[in-house]
Amino acid sequence: MILFRQALRFSSPRLQLACGRCRRYSAKTGAVERVISELRSVSGDEGVSVGLAVREQHGRDESVHRCQPPDVVVFPRSVDEVSALAKICHHHQLPIIPFGTGTGLEGGVGALQGGVCFSLRKMDQVLDLHQEDFDVTVEPGVTRKGLNSYLRDTGLWFPVDPGADASLCGMAATSASGTNAVRYGTMRENVLNLEVVLADGTVLHTAGRGRRPRKTSAGYNLTNLFVGSEGTLGIITKTTLRLYGIPESMVSAVCSFPSVQSAVDSTVQILQAGVPIARIEFLDDVMINACNRFNNLSYAVTPTLFLEFHGSSKSMEEQVSITEEITRDNGGSDFAWAEDEESRGRLWKARHDAWYAALALRPGCKAYSTDVCVPISRLPQIIVETKEDLISNNLTGPIAGHVGDGNFHCIMVLDPNDPDEVERVHSFTERLARRALAMDGTCTGEHGIGLGKRALLREEVGPLAIEVMKGLKATLDPKNLMNPGKVL
Amino acid sequence: MSARVLVGVKRVIDYAVKIRVRPDHTGVVTDGVKHSMNPFCEIAVEEAVRLKEKKLVKEIVAVSCGPQQVQETIRTALAMGADRGIHVEVSGKDYDALGPLQVSKIMAALAKKEEADLIILGKQAIDDDCNQTGQMTAALLDWPQGTFASELTLEGGMLKVVREIDGGLETIKIKMPAVVTADLRLNTPRYATLPNIMKAKKKKIANVKPADLGVDVTSRLEVLKVDEPPQRQAGVKVETVEDLVVKLKEAGRI
Repeated sequence: MILFRQALRFSSPRLQLACGRCRRYSAKTGAVERVISELRSVSGDEGVSVGLAVREQHGRDESVHRCQPPDVVVFPRSVDEVSALAKICHHHQLPIIPFGTGTGLEGGVGALQGGVCFSLRKMDQVLDLHQEDFDVTVEPGVTRKGLNSYLRDTGLWFPVDPGADASLCGMAATSASGTNAVRYGTMRENVLNLEVVLADGTVLHTAGRGRRPRKTSAGYNLTNLFVGSEGTLGIITKTTLRLYGIPESMVSAVCSFPSVQSAVDSTVQILQAGVPIARIEFLDDVMINACNRFNNLSYAVTPTLFLEFHGSSKSMEEQVSITEEITRDNGGSDFAWAEDEESRGRLWKARHDAWYAALALRPGCKAYSTDVCVPISRLPQIIVETKEDLISNNLTGPIAGHVGDGNFHCIMVLDPNDPDEVERVHSFTERLARRALAMDGTCTGEHGIGLGKRALLREEVGPLAIEVMKGLKATLDPKNLMNPGKVL
Repeated sequence: MSARVLVGVKRVIDYAVKIRVRPDHTGVVTDGVKHSMNPFCEIAVEEAVRLKEKKLVKEIVAVSCGPQQVQETIRTALAMGADRGIHVEVSGKDYDALGPLQVSKIMAALAKKEEADLIILGKQAIDDDCNQTGQMTAALLDWPQGTFASELTLEGGMLKVVREIDGGLETIKIKMPAVVTADLRLNTPRYATLPNIMKAKKKKIANVKPADLGVDVTSRLEVLKVDEPPQRQAGVKVETVEDLVVKLKEAGRI
């Protein structure tokens, strides 16, 4: 009954405004000063900062959402410190916002109600590498590239690659994905265990302390409850990750197509042929044009696929030839491929620089990336309808996508000082999300709900699922201190 | 081409580790600290492997001097593509005191024994930053040297080396046999893949003692003390130029 009543509280926006904990704390009031001295008694003077520059740095990420600085930033060095600091925040009803690398794309770190930002970068150890078991446990300060550099002489790597050099625990919090997902999966498939500190300081091991079996059917899947919870259920202080062997050989390829349909058809057939393709990326004609101009290239200005194959040196030839045949049968042309690292880099440079190439289309503007994902068979239709929408609304939105997953991004280039354009982009992204939902898809394939997609989440999963989510939130964080205002 | 290449690989504390001085100030903490191949040695191995892939070189021999643990470093070189390894056993106080002069004597002796045509080393190690072993090895063998190489090409028994120097780039042509030391931009080393690490377990590593090569590893250097660099003091903000001048005079700077 209590749970139900608590769940009801969160569904009414008016009630939220009335509750005391939504008052924005100012660093000058006595209450926060008392808290600061308590925080300092745990983390020391160097571990607690109220400096404006530090707070602003921790109030923004790489999204277009404006900076919302917290009142205090703390830098814990161990899970015991995190727990002690959380207890203090819990006692004083202060919001808690976990911060990894600040590379998120949905405004997840903005301190909407002030509070304490937990910057976890000092907890930066790689713990417990088990090479023969293909698993490793890392703290939140370890980034994706940092881990792969650490692993470089073991022959192992962690392939989930969202582009940015993000904190791995942060990637778990947002259920990140990347260009490799078609072969290696997303964070959901690759997190074996989490150590999480809840709002009241309780330290929870989602699969049991130290456990790392490759599979389990023991009890409710708490690990995947926290994966993708975007800091609203707890602070992730350790992640146990599944590792893979670095493939013996990598080959990259590029191919142009006369239409979106032919590119997607090729993708489906490549997957059906059992080619263990590692990356299959789609760039539309607008994006290719931008890339040509940015990098002085001369790709044909038409839908293009960028592919990457991983495997033994012997299997490379077979994979490439099967793929080349499929693309040719679908009208593909200019199939080019490369094996050594420098040539592969040149071939893929267009895809790697896509973001900057898009920005260069309109210097002085900012970029915002949409993130819908639909079943692959619906991809041609949604891309065609989306391009029509862009043209009829006079918007700049080159498209790049992980077509093997049915996920694509429109990189909306807009002038943030033009309110009309901002409004048009906003409406466009809502239409796009609803278009994807109407095709059995999702409003966010990789970036998360964060600040801006909460209404879309409700449309996507339905009010009943939202109530269940709120019930879970109320159980784990009854005071709503964990990253309030996000996801739900 | 039947050229044999000798590549030196040094086991050092990993570049990402935060170094701490031992409490007794005799050195840095190495116990339980992650070690890996010196990054410039990785570049050297990569260059040798590329020469072999271009069929300009027939055999790559990876060499490391130190205790049992350096075998891991040799194994990494084997996984990257070296054919066999040589572990020169040096341990205890001798290993702590091991420096470029002794290593270059060992490399010179091995180069003669293995009839090497080319020695590729990293330009320096990231723990001592000596930047001496390559040059000393060349001098002991009376071989030409191409140091700080950012580009290496074989042209009919001669080596064309583009060197990174203070003023820019210098291109030289040297006869083989020669010593080359690898600089940062020579190449991007490959990661050792898991299948190659497994295959490397079958490659041979020979054990050799410095005495077998006629080399005396006693050092003529004695480390007196190791200290951390002084902590950076907080700065002082002043309001006017006059205040700045006064403060600089007080500090004896002007």
